[in-house]
Order: sequence, then structure tokens, then C-alpha cells
Amino acid sequence: MTNTLHRFGDADSFHDDYIVFAIPAKGKNDAGSLPKLRKFLEMALAFHPINLGDARNGGALRPRRDMDPTQHWRRSHQPDFQAVIQGLDAPTTVSAVFDNREAAEGFLKAVKEADLGMCVTVSTSLDGAEQICWAANQPRHSINYSLGFEGRTDQLPNRQILMLSTMCGHGMVSHSLCKKMVDWVKEGRRSPPEAAAYLARFCSCGIFNTTRAARIIDAARRRQE
Amino acid sequence: MYINPNKCVACGNCTYVCPMGAIYVDPASRRATVDRNECVECHACFHGLSQEHLNPTLVRLLSKAFEYARLRFDPEPDVCPTAAFEPDKLEWPRAVRRAFSDPRVPHESTGVVGRGTEEVKTNDVTGRVKLGEFGMTVEFGRPGVGVWFRDIQRMAWALAKVEGVTFEKKNPVTSLMTDVATGTLRDDILEEKVMSAIIEIKSTVDKLEEVIRVVRETEKHLDTVVSLGVGVRCDDQGEDPLVLPLLEKLGYRVHRGKTNVGLGRAAAAETAPPEPAVTA
Repeated sequence: MTNTLHRFGDADSFHDDYIVFAIPAKGKNDAGSLPKLRKFLEMALAFHPINLGDARNGGALRPRRDMDPTQHWRRSHQPDFQAVIQGLDAPTTVSAVFDNREAAEGFLKAVKEADLGMCVTVSTSLDGAEQICWAANQPRHSINYSLGFEGRTDQLPNRQILMLSTMCGHGMVSHSLCKKMVDWVKEGRRSPPEAAAYLARFCSCGIFNTTRAARIIDAARRRQE
Repeated sequence: MYINPNKCVACGNCTYVCPMGAIYVDPASRRATVDRNECVECHACFHGLSQEHLNPTLVRLLSKAFEYARLRFDPEPDVCPTAAFEPDKLEWPRAVRRAFSDPRVPHESTGVVGRGTEEVKTNDVTGRVKLGEFGMTVEFGRPGVGVWFRDIQRMAWALAKVEGVTFEKKNPVTSLMTDVATGTLRDDILEEKVMSAIIEIKSTVDKLEEVIRVVRETEKHLDTVVSLGVGVRCDDQGEDPLVLPLLEKLGYRVHRGKTNVGLGRAAAAETAPPEPAVTA
């Protein structure tokens, strides 16, 4: 799953985008890993994540199957972290998303001290990840470099839409919906945080960064990106 | 995916959320309709849209009245107001579309959700990519373009010809090969379209330049987008003195990646050496 590897943007655009994953290796350390993964998610709460995710059940902003018309006036766009923690029911990839480096650094230090034994990966700019590892006094083990997009790139949308849609690497956040949300914010029909929350609900593993999305949408409204 | 015409009220919300642009409101029937050829069975519409359970007849009547007054029925943009989506029961080979497109479905071949790959995310435990080697993920179709297996086939054939390249055994695309030596995929899936798929290979660093040259040449003939990821093992100081300079020499401006921080530990009873990759 390269669901965060190819997030689009230059290095600076990831200054508010840090994803820390825990993953059990199939057949190596997945047996008995469920309580460790749950602990990983619980530990993240102390560092104020903006999203938590479980690759099987989704993130902290989820669609609902039981909406009624009155919810238009009382709909919450706040993440429900406990739903992710309580809903984790099988070993899978779990993630915590932070919008500042200090939080990600603190979290990685705490995870190292807890010695969970799970494989831990940091996804952000290369410099950002190196600094986080340095702060935790943990030499990097392996790196997966993104070389970006090639081939028929003429089929891709503009850079703002690409920066938004690639925050769900599984492709669940469509280019068209991103464009629609940017347009709605331009028209004043929704705020950037509301538009970001709509997009986040389509990301099925909870790695969508609503802070970065709101920033990109706001900048797109003013044509600053 | 099927949209129940008895429930659909043609609000148009789903036409925006489909990553493949495969949903449109048919002007004749005035119902949202799925282009089955373009649909990759990702279920983004079914799982991603929240559901209300409004009465379709009432909504259509109100919509017509609003339209007459130049007003518009305007539900929340991430809602299907009448819960009209009904997943089809998929038979082979169409079932392969969902396996490679819906991240909630674990790949049977690897048991891993998403793209079904672990790459170097578990390299601290599996030891799959060693010093002096590289792992490469050649991903097709993302973001938002999609790929037909016939295009994946062309790339697999090209990579299999490079001496010393091995396909990762625990990979969903490899599991669909009838001949790993030539990179040949099974015939019955070639005309199926998926959201994305990843060919995963491994070789020694001295082969990296040749592999990238082959990928660049082959992708010119594919009708999709290709994204490359190159995985490496760092030295004891956490540095990569081999691959990054080579990538920069080849013209790549590399600034993003996933970093395995090396906290993983194999369970005590499972310290056997990693399984070898399949030799092409």
C-alpha cells in the first residue's frame, strides 16, 4: 500500500503533514499485535493528532448510514478518535496524522519508549522525516522514495486539485469532488474546514490531512498556490 | 455497482464522487447511471457517501416544484439522499476490479488491504531489501486515471527482460502471473480496468539505471499514469549513500518519501529468513 508515498506538492507543502504508521508484518509479528496497535492509537491522542486511521474501518471522520434531514443543521465536522480506537478489530495498518513536526517528534519518541515491536513508518518530506528520526535518536532503517508521476500526465488535473486528491493515495477522493469543494468555497457556500471534512470522509483509511486540505483550499480560493 | 432507479432522485452528488467519472445522470431516464466499462468497482460511492433515507417520490415532486421556480434541491455534497446504491455480486474476472480498487478489501494473495503490498514499510522485520539492493514499486493508474491490465502486461514483459530483476512473490500482480519468468499475466483479466495496481520488483543498485530507462521507454506506450517508488536499506548511521545520488543523477528531484524508522521486531518464534523473491 503506497497510500501516502505519492502525495503531490513541493517539500515545503508538507510542513503541516506528518503521518506516522504502525504496521504488523504479515507472518512475522502480526500474531497478538491488536492490543499493540490499539495502544499506538491511544498514545497518539496525547499529541493532538488531526486524524487517526485504521485501514479496515476508516478514519476519525466517517460517512454515516443513518442520516436524516434534520442533521443538515446539526452535523458535526469534528473527528471522532474514539470511534477509530474502539473500532479496531483486526491487525492492520493504523496511522496518526499530525499537522506539526513537534507533535510527530514527541509521538515517535513515545512510541520508541513503549517498545511495541511494530514496524513504524513516517511519511512526510525526506528532510522532515530525517529530523524526526534525529530527535528520537533513531537512525533510519529504510526509505521509500517517491519519484512522482510519469507517463500520461496530461490526464491529471491542476496542482491544487492534485495536492488535495493525492492525500488519499487509494484514489477514493475524486478530482471532481475536490474541484467542486474548491468552487463551493470560492462561492462562499462552505468554509475551507467544512470542505476539507467532506473530502476526508471519503478516505477509507484515515490518512487524509484536513489541516493541509483546508489550507490548500483556502489558498486555491485566493489563487495563491 | 448498481444504482437503483426506483430510488435515485438524480441529485447529481454521486457524479462528482466517482474517482473514474463513471457516473452520469442519463438525460432520457433522469436517473444516475453507471458506465460499467469505466467503473472499477472501488465502492467509493457506496462507502464514501453518507446515506439518508428520504422518500424518493416526495423528493422528485419537490425537485420538480423547485425547478419550476428556478430553485434547486441541494443536499449535502457527500450524501446520497435516498440510499440508492446497491453493490453487484461480482463474478470472475470482473471481481478483480474490486480487489485492486476497493482498499477495504484485502488481497487474497497477500492478506494486506489497500494495494496489497508492504514494500519497505516492514523491511526492518522482513529484511526484503538489503544494503546494495533496491526495491521498486511501479504503480499504474493513480491518481484518478485507472489502468487496464493489458497495459500492466506490457510493463511486466519489459521488466522481466532485464537481467537480475525479480518480481516480489508476495504481491497481488505477481500472483496473477501465469509465467513469472516472462511476466505474463493470465489472459482473462487483460480487458479489466482497475483503479491502480503495483508491480513490485527487486534488484541490485547497479541495475537501477537500466530499470528506470526501461520503465521510461515502456510508459510512453501506455495509456495511463505511472508513479515510481524506490525503496532502499540505510546504513548503520541511517544514511543512504548509494541510491539517492543515483536518482538525482538521473534527473529526479526527490523530496518526499516514507521512512521506516526501524522499531519493528519479529516475533520470537518467527525468526526464519525472509522468503526469496520469484526470479524473473
